[in-house]
Amino acid sequence: MTTTRSIAFTLNGEQVSAQIASHHSLLEVVRNDFSLYGARESCGQGLCGCCTLIVDGRAVSGCLYLAAFADGAVVETIEYLDRDNMLDPVQEAFIEEGAFQCGFCTPGFVLMVRQLLDEHPDPDDDQIRDYLSGNLCRCGAYPEVIQAVKSAARKRRAGNPT
Amino acid sequence: MASATMAAGLSGSQIGRSPPRLEAREKVTGRAEYTHNLRLPAMLHGKVFRSTVAHGRIKSIDTTAAKAVPGVYRVVTAEDVIKVIPHPYYGPAFHDQPILAIGKVHYVGEPVAVVLAEDPHVAEAAAALIVADYEELPAVYDEVEAAENKILVHDELKPAGTFADLKHLKGVKGTNIALDFQLRKGDVEKAFAAATHVFEHEFRTQKVLHLPFEPFVSIADYKSNRLTLYTASQGPSFVRIEIARLLGWPENRVRVKVPFLGGGYGGKLYIKLEALVTALSMIAKRPVKISLPMEEAFYTITRHPMTFRIKSGVDADGRITARRCEVFWNGGGYADVGPRVTQKSGFTASGPYDIENVSIDSYALYTNQPPAGALRGFGVPQLVWAYESHTDMMARALKIDPLEFRRRNITREGGRHVTGTPLKDAPVDKVLEHVAARMNWTKPLDRGNGIIKRGRGLAIAIKAVISPTTSVAIVNVNADGSTTLYCGTIDMGQGSDTAMAQMVGEILNVPAESVNVVPRDTDVTPYDMGSLGSRSLFHMGHAVKLAAEEARDKIAALARDLGLPEGTNFSVADLFQKKYGMQAGNIVGTGVYKPDYVPPQAGTGLTPNVTPFWMVSGVGAEVEVDTETGHVRITRLINVCDIGKPINPKICESQISGAATMQLGFTMFEKMHFDGGQVTNASLADYKIPGLHDLPVTFENETIDAYQSNGPFGGKGVGEVATFCVSPAIGNAIDDAVGVRLMELPLNPEAVLRALLAKQNRPIEDA
Repeated sequence: MTTTRSIAFTLNGEQVSAQIASHHSLLEVVRNDFSLYGARESCGQGLCGCCTLIVDGRAVSGCLYLAAFADGAVVETIEYLDRDNMLDPVQEAFIEEGAFQCGFCTPGFVLMVRQLLDEHPDPDDDQIRDYLSGNLCRCGAYPEVIQAVKSAARKRRAGNPT
Repeated sequence: MASATMAAGLSGSQIGRSPPRLEAREKVTGRAEYTHNLRLPAMLHGKVFRSTVAHGRIKSIDTTAAKAVPGVYRVVTAEDVIKVIPHPYYGPAFHDQPILAIGKVHYVGEPVAVVLAEDPHVAEAAAALIVADYEELPAVYDEVEAAENKILVHDELKPAGTFADLKHLKGVKGTNIALDFQLRKGDVEKAFAAATHVFEHEFRTQKVLHLPFEPFVSIADYKSNRLTLYTASQGPSFVRIEIARLLGWPENRVRVKVPFLGGGYGGKLYIKLEALVTALSMIAKRPVKISLPMEEAFYTITRHPMTFRIKSGVDADGRITARRCEVFWNGGGYADVGPRVTQKSGFTASGPYDIENVSIDSYALYTNQPPAGALRGFGVPQLVWAYESHTDMMARALKIDPLEFRRRNITREGGRHVTGTPLKDAPVDKVLEHVAARMNWTKPLDRGNGIIKRGRGLAIAIKAVISPTTSVAIVNVNADGSTTLYCGTIDMGQGSDTAMAQMVGEILNVPAESVNVVPRDTDVTPYDMGSLGSRSLFHMGHAVKLAAEEARDKIAALARDLGLPEGTNFSVADLFQKKYGMQAGNIVGTGVYKPDYVPPQAGTGLTPNVTPFWMVSGVGAEVEVDTETGHVRITRLINVCDIGKPINPKICESQISGAATMQLGFTMFEKMHFDGGQVTNASLADYKIPGLHDLPVTFENETIDAYQSNGPFGGKGVGEVATFCVSPAIGNAIDDAVGVRLMELPLNPEAVLRALLAKQNRPIEDA
């Protein structure tokens, strides 16, 4: 049997630990050990963005991020955003603009857009394309995503608490 | 809505509004249910071991080392499958595809064995230790070569018996042709002889694939007299029927559950992993899940590559008088739905043109490539690439403006399609004029100077929805007046749940948001042919409307039984309360829809009623071509579609731009590369799909003001229509810009540069 080790980290605001094998990705751990299914494996190569997780404040590809490296880290998933049953302005904007179809890539887009807006509260089109170049949408909801980013930026700048 | 009243003023308020998708909140919070996420107690994971040769007899499969890996539960080959399912061949058109390869393999990537383990990593590691030995056979990859029947992919044809036009192929030997559809109208040869000009061209399309981001995934849970499948499928009713047939069971012992799909685009139709997991669960007596990595999608189902030989005769006035179409569809190692693509798209191969003499031959071909099936357009985008490039080439040769040439030749409303079916609600002219107006076609274009050259092009196309197909729906009005809809249409992102809820709401005077659309479960939701070919909004829409109307009529009847006057403002909940003395009971309405249809005559393909509705779209494209690199920048793409009356305009618009974006990938860069039958770019790293950077600078998606007279609330399907014209409009624009004509997709910088240099008599030599 594979040898395992224990890692401890903060997951969505709570201290947790997990028994992992060295080959386990952080994506597998949050899904299999913590039943958080918002991040999904699709391309398995860190190119599509479906598996996006936030580790120490930065978006990472969960399918490539070895769980062992998350020991001691602060990890957030899409499920953290509506912990108080309130949607993040980015999520609201995605709904209002219809910025998704099948929804499989959507959590990854939402997390990446939050990082974009944290760093560029009023992004131009080039900044939007640059930050979201690692998020692919096979349904092709890109025009709506761009609208949603702009709408979310307006919401955040207006200090909309929701 | 407990307070909904029969006479409330909501009627007429649900169609044409754009509520967000019913499941929008679940999708943005990551909580929407997908088969990808499902785990069952005691579940095993399966890892598929695949053929490494394109065509060969299996001499031996050595599973010893795989079995010895700690944690491996079982290794399964066809020998084990036959013990539980004696005739393990499936398929919608032909019963040609075995659950695991039996005797022979027909393409690289064909499933040969499966390792089962609790830990998917163990299964994967063990599968890599399986060794199969093959006696390699000569392989045929090209569809035109396959038609010569020198190398045979299958020994004998095995039509499923479902389709009348395939029955004549039963038991036929010595051929790769899995269907030879013919259409004959007038006398083509005589017309060619009389024509002033005759043009003949050959176009090809490449192999591309769906790549839904939720990869193929199915789970089977077999009990001795009951099977439950959880699967990412666009057609649970077909899955149930086909699996029941394989097991020799009645349909009601097979249950197929489908949550939301993370994309489908035609890939998740018919049987993909369902039969395999069924056999594995029967063998293991435990639930079995197979979730394919993206790489294995490249070995599962693709779009048909195609070769199209098209010949047209034109008279002195620029009228097309004759057209011959020969279309070769590369179906790969198993037929899947290829023979349907061959026929149902084949009959539109002469385009939206009014031509007196037409001959169409459309061939479904077996080759030693991964199988091909339906992909967003059912073959039509490939056909349109050819016939609309051809149209432009003729116009240029005749020195007639491409718009004007089309105006002279299109079939107009009230005319007939070449099949003989009237073109009703098929506003080809209106769409064409809309494209021309939006492109400012009469204004000269700034052609650029220096190394960047500009050009523009347009294209127009038509498609018929496949027919005849059936949908059934149930609307249940609960004792508090709330409504529940049972329908088998799969919401894979197209927003069907929302549109169907809007239709229920329209009839029953309740907001669409209040309608519960029951997750798909064949134990609960009634029959539907499948979520494919842009058929659902029309067919299921009719069924839903009929079901809601029956429920509405029963509510009115209940009010009458209770002695209430016509138009009473008693709420539905009050009626139930009055009837049963408490909050109790249901009112159930059912609806069944199957359109009228007249099958095409064998040999001529002619019929007065080939389809219940037509889809029409046109595209205008403006491009900048870098003459030094061959790079094409799309500065403007205008997609104009006829979708009848949009039920949910915002979702329709998103469908149109999404479909156009997908087709842009198939047009500009997507291509599966092969080396000896082996896909050499089976990953997103090497197979590029469109991202944000690839959108046209100006990207416009429009619908024309229309109403489908026989459609539910004037609506019709939207999923495919925006794909048709993207490729030829861009190809035509490239020719307009730099005077080179590309005859094959994709239109990538290499292809453009090669053509540019060849034109300058400086061709790039192949290494």
